[in-house]
Amino acid sequence: MDVMEFIKKQVEENPVVIFMKGTPDFPQCGFSARSSQALAACGEEFAYVNIFEFPEVHRNLPSFSNWPTFPQVFIGGQLIGGCDITLEMYQRGELQTLVKEAVAKAGGAATAKQ
Amino acid sequence: MTRGSAPSDAAQASGDARSTRLRDRLSAALAPCDIDIVDDSHLHAGHAGARHGGHYSVTIVAAVFAGKNLLERHRIVYAAVGDLMNTDIHALSIKALTPHEASAVSQLL
Repeated sequence: MDVMEFIKKQVEENPVVIFMKGTPDFPQCGFSARSSQALAACGEEFAYVNIFEFPEVHRNLPSFSNWPTFPQVFIGGQLIGGCDITLEMYQRGELQTLVKEAVAKAGGAATAKQ
Repeated sequence: MTRGSAPSDAAQASGDARSTRLRDRLSAALAPCDIDIVDDSHLHAGHAGARHGGHYSVTIVAAVFAGKNLLERHRIVYAAVGDLMNTDIHALSIKALTPHEASAVSQLL
């Protein structure tokens, strides 16, 4: 599969997905760690893509999303942002609402892990 | 200067030059009322990405952020930083405020 199609599929088929360095259990970057912790604290399952396992995604996601850094969090098919925005929205209580709405709309939690 | 101190002085000098380039880009593009750049690179020394550039935290107060959401504000900052994101900077933590928001924050402090 073309890498852009792979990325698009992850973003469209998972109500919540984080492209991160490492995994939620073994994050390999502090920003990825904090962002995935904020998502976990929203109480819904979320998908993740470890960009170190997918070097093509690592190279191409910034041009797909027009966003230069990692992690990148997508909710309901839309880029939410990186670590700063994810944490700020969590502190405001907006992330929790957005995650719950996206999961409900998709008819259940995201379980696909990459 | 002792031989032992030379590498860290050199690293310090390159870090200062990067901070200056970052400040110049942001100042030129965003006409900020206030700009604060903290070099966090020392916190990340040795981690893989640190070889490719520094870690910075920027707080920028600019009128251009008015009416923009967080994603749009960060995109404006990334666009201003431009290709430095590929060279000088590995990670950029961004706080982007309007002058109105900044004055509300300072009243809390």
